[in-house]
Amino acid sequence: MEEGMVLKGKAHVFGHDINTDYIISGKYKFKTLDMDELARHCMEDIDPEFTSRVQPGDFIVAGANFGCGSSREQAPLVIKHAGISAVLAKSFARIFFRNAINNGLPVAECDTSGIQSGDQLEVDLEAGMVVNLTQGTELAVTPLPPVMMDILKEGGLAAYLKKHGGFKL
Amino acid sequence: MGGTISEKIFSNHAGREVRAGELVVVEVDFMMGQDGTSPLAIKAFREIGGEKVLDPSRVAMVIDHSAPSPLEGVSNLHAMMRSFAAEQGIGLYDVGWGVCHCLLPEQGHVAPGDIVIGADSHTTTYGAINAFSTGVGSTDLAAAMLTGKLWFKVPSTLRLELRGKLATGVYSKDVALFLAGRLTADGATYLAVEYGGEVIESLSVEARFTISNLAVEMGAKAGLMEADSKTLRWLEGRLSRPFEPVSPDPDAVYQEVREFDLSDLTPQVAEPHRVDQVKPVEELEGTPIQQAVIGTCTNGRLEDLEVAARILAGRRVSPEVRLIVAPASRQVLMEAMAKGVAQRLIEAGAAFVTPGCGPCVGTHNGVPADGERVISTANRNFKGRMGNANAFIYLASPATVAASAVAGKITDPRRML
Repeated sequence: MEEGMVLKGKAHVFGHDINTDYIISGKYKFKTLDMDELARHCMEDIDPEFTSRVQPGDFIVAGANFGCGSSREQAPLVIKHAGISAVLAKSFARIFFRNAINNGLPVAECDTSGIQSGDQLEVDLEAGMVVNLTQGTELAVTPLPPVMMDILKEGGLAAYLKKHGGFKL
Repeated sequence: MGGTISEKIFSNHAGREVRAGELVVVEVDFMMGQDGTSPLAIKAFREIGGEKVLDPSRVAMVIDHSAPSPLEGVSNLHAMMRSFAAEQGIGLYDVGWGVCHCLLPEQGHVAPGDIVIGADSHTTTYGAINAFSTGVGSTDLAAAMLTGKLWFKVPSTLRLELRGKLATGVYSKDVALFLAGRLTADGATYLAVEYGGEVIESLSVEARFTISNLAVEMGAKAGLMEADSKTLRWLEGRLSRPFEPVSPDPDAVYQEVREFDLSDLTPQVAEPHRVDQVKPVEELEGTPIQQAVIGTCTNGRLEDLEVAARILAGRRVSPEVRLIVAPASRQVLMEAMAKGVAQRLIEAGAAFVTPGCGPCVGTHNGVPADGERVISTANRNFKGRMGNANAFIYLASPATVAASAVAGKITDPRRML
């Protein structure tokens, strides 16, 4: 994530408790580290047309407990490789939340209940604000702990550690 | 102000008193990756610029999820793990050793009071022996392999007091499913769960692992129990290093304390496609099944196979059902052979597969057909979990699975005991 960057795109809305098996099925993830290949199967079991509808920069918008289930880091990676620029959810499962930040995928915890599929959104993570351009509404984002914001700004944990050599709280 | 188990373990590691909500960077006592997560961890380790793993004696890699390999892509990732482990001097548990969460405590890698991370969500399992153990992703594992440390937010704790005495035919899996049903899939998100009460005290250590294993199905970061005399006896001969069990202070501050009296609990079943969609077995009896699975990190231990063997002794698996048994480790399999347990299961018609995750993750060992119903002792029944999005998975105890395999339909095991 570049500093001061505002993300723009349209919403793809999902429900509560979207688990990592739905994001990328176990039957694919053990086969390869090629995330572009795996990304073709993102959300396949619950929304087979999902990847064909996504325009680069779009958002996944979900209810509570997004990313529950396994620790597979392939989950945030395939979302990123599918062209999604950020995930907005009412709440996140903790391992997914951490994995997303560690891989430079912005995640925003906010009240997503009013967002409709197709709404045009503008997400400013540093300001902690989501603007729903279609509905003319604004949503506040729960702020990230500074260490997570720093990791996200570096584009992920690998780049962060390369720069800092360790964790700075 | 007193501390919870979680706060006290973090305080011991941080070298100062810490409480829920604080961020800490602490030494990780042991760390683990499996074959679905280690290859990405190795890749991340290289990306960070890592050359040497700080302390290979604190790392294990386990090939369990897709073992032996069913596909060339998987084989190549396994080869990558073998070569990294050899280069770094890391202990590798290769094909046939068993499931990571059975192996780590069994092989003496986990001690009470430890902080353990695993690149697998069911790492919460070792909370049953008083370790703060939690699932992380591959990059966090890479960071810990390189630096020996990781950052954590000390979680608040939800204390669950489990009162009463479990009835015959009701097991720790029924308790774990009942709690998932009551607390729901995000009822403990970001929290450490602390389990206590007579029910926990009455259970064997093996049975306790099942409860901590399912803590993550409520979103928990850890599923902690105190170490008692049973824990210490269980660790004898397994663990060689010194350790310090951690108990909560009497004035510990909990986010919430909930009490459940489980004396009237009956066998529980989670319906497709949610772990928290739980019903008493009575309400689902008669649902036809085509496959039954006994095994996994939840219920693949010796006691689990013994319970199943008791039900299957002198009975036959229904001709309409495939019963697949995946012992959780080689040691479990050998003990099951020595005790005649494996023999009884096989005589009844069970098909044994390699110790490991078995068909749980949908990569091999029994992918169900379209429209089929599977009853399994595993921990997840999400749509597509076992490799076919058109199949339906029910979760239950080894007793309920064994009884259902005999009857060809979901069956209350209490009638077959």
